[in-house]
Amino acid sequence: MTVYLIRRLMQAMLVLAVMSVLVFLGVFAIGDPIEILIAADATQREKEEARIALGLDRPLIEQYWVFVQNALQGDLGRSFVFNMSALQVILQRFPATFELAMVAMLWTVLFGIPLGLWAGLKPDSFSGKSIMAGSILGFSLPSFWVGLMLIMTFAVVLGWLPSTGRAEPETHFGITSSLWTAKGWSHVMLPSINLALGQIALVIRLTRAGVREAMLMDYVKFARAKGLSQRRVIGVHVMKNIMIPIVTVLGLELGSLIAFAVVTESIFAWPGMGKLIIDSINLLDRPIVVAYLLMTVFLVIFINFAVDVLYSVLDPRVRLKDAGA
Amino acid sequence: MTETLVVERLQTHFFTKAGVVKAVDDVSFSVGRGKVLGLVGESGSGKSVTGFSILGLVDPPGRVVSGAIRFKGENLVGRSEDDWRRLRGARIAMIFQDPMMTLNPVLRIDTQMIEAVQAHEPVSKDVARQRARDALGQVGIPSPDERLRSYPHQFSGGMRQRVAIAIALLHKPDLIVADEPTTALDVTIQGQILAEVQTLARTTGTSLIWITHDLSVVAGLADDICVMYAGKVVEQGTVDAVLDHPLHPYTNGLLGSVPSRNKRGQPLQQIPGMTPSVLKLPPGCAFQARCARVSAACAEPIAMQEFRPEQFARCIHPHRDEVPA
Ligand SMILES: Nc1ncnc2c1ncn2[C@@H]1O[C@H](COP(=O)(O)OP(=O)(O)OP(=O)(O)O)[C@@H](O)[C@H]1O
Ligand code: SF4
Ligand SMILES: [Mg+2]
Repeated sequence: MTVYLIRRLMQAMLVLAVMSVLVFLGVFAIGDPIEILIAADATQREKEEARIALGLDRPLIEQYWVFVQNALQGDLGRSFVFNMSALQVILQRFPATFELAMVAMLWTVLFGIPLGLWAGLKPDSFSGKSIMAGSILGFSLPSFWVGLMLIMTFAVVLGWLPSTGRAEPETHFGITSSLWTAKGWSHVMLPSINLALGQIALVIRLTRAGVREAMLMDYVKFARAKGLSQRRVIGVHVMKNIMIPIVTVLGLELGSLIAFAVVTESIFAWPGMGKLIIDSINLLDRPIVVAYLLMTVFLVIFINFAVDVLYSVLDPRVRLKDAGA
Repeated sequence: MTETLVVERLQTHFFTKAGVVKAVDDVSFSVGRGKVLGLVGESGSGKSVTGFSILGLVDPPGRVVSGAIRFKGENLVGRSEDDWRRLRGARIAMIFQDPMMTLNPVLRIDTQMIEAVQAHEPVSKDVARQRARDALGQVGIPSPDERLRSYPHQFSGGMRQRVAIAIALLHKPDLIVADEPTTALDVTIQGQILAEVQTLARTTGTSLIWITHDLSVVAGLADDICVMYAGKVVEQGTVDAVLDHPLHPYTNGLLGSVPSRNKRGQPLQQIPGMTPSVLKLPPGCAFQARCARVSAACAEPIAMQEFRPEQFARCIHPHRDEVPA
């Protein structure tokens, strides 16, 4: 197990290193930030000075090297726009995005698994078929369009929920979140549902397929032959088996929830990292873009790693293989 | 009445899109207390479906269409799911063919045994564990305490089947349906398990239905034999009568294809042709396409007939007073 973890950790470091090069090169290719940052009537000398001050005059390789050295010390550069550490700017926005992703994940688990279970146990019933039809919509409707429809329906026409922004966060028990208040929940409702729809559809399909497959297995029939109640057969024997792929996918999807939040946050003006990155790209604020991308890559790698560990906890067969390796 | 189980004119059909599959079509037999019934037939003849019917485990699109299953005098057909659940594993137990598939791969042996105890008796976990350990010891599993904490993949096939047998024995059932439990195991283990199960049945008075396609297995084990072909019983009687003087040409053919000592040096005979599709069975005898003794009369529906005392066959031209081939 330890050998396995160390190997995975080294793989993760390598991916991060490769990504840092790609991100740096990619971002460098987009425009010249000086043109946007400096007043249009600035002289050539003023521009030159600004360029030197920001380190943009040095060769690319040197800029990258400085960037890596600083990054290793937790310094991902200073934002041109905010004139603050880029990492700090992002970390300020991170809780909002994380909060949104977690609420979306909550809906995914709360609706996706039970609906998938139902559709899997009663595949030929009207309700089972309706759930599947609904999940196809969840997959195929574009996120931004659903977002606009949600705003139209619940904010504009019905006026039940606010369409934009995030409530003022409060701190209780050492946790700062906007979800401590009812107002917070009303604000997070529409964007989180928007973000969750695709994930719910995915989890419904995954759960349904898993249940249908498991129900045909001998171990389910044997469990029933032991005289177990239907509830225990499904709740323990079936669920424990299908939770393995579901947890894996949910973990990986948490990463994509944070990444997909870009669209949702823009539509609902949710003050998270996604909105920040769109603004920063517009302003050619390179350090923020680089730091954001690296942060996202880091998050995804970290989540993958955590999922791997969780996977071996859930599946005893994986555990044994590693003990032998 | 000493009969543990009486099955009368049982019909279990599957209502598929392609048509009605008469997997079990008019099957009758009985098993006395402490007796062993061998249920023999080739693949697809309806042996497993018969076994599942006795435990109320036929799943849609299949169901018991008509007939009676009298267990200790009481008809089980049409009982509620809860009644069935109370019987399963407690009074009627089942052992499956593939020990690799019958135990849940992600649950420890102790979990799977303790739940089986607690499904029928309101005992504490400790008491249930004690019972589980004793049962493992009874089927010859060394250091049962340690083994209880293992997962199925840590056992060999033979050991897993012993665990399944131990689970079947937990509540000292009146009847065990064993669906080819030794087919997947190698010959030595097969012999051991056969001998052990036989002893257990004798000492506890448990009745056994031993499903197999291998006549040599039932020869040494069963008291009575029931030969199935395409969902129907084609011959039944005491093991000596059926094996020494088979009436039905199919039984006769089966015996010809079993290697035995007094026929050494002669080539094994095969039954020519294939099992007919259960979806389009011919009227009359299902064996007619493969039978050497077929005549026009065989195309009419044929009833079970007692040709010798307590030996029945479903055939117009049985091998009556001949020495078997
Ligand atoms: N779920 C089902 N849907 C449709 N047909 C089924 C279903 N289950 C069983 N059958 C049919 O019932 C018939 C009898 O099957 P069964 O499993 O009882 O055979 P078997 O005698 O146990 O054979 P084997 O030796 O291969 O185990 C087969 O023709 C099979 O196609
Ligand atoms: S009934 Fe006719 S076809 Fe069927 S087994 Fe007997 S002789 Fe053969
Ligand atoms: Mg079978």
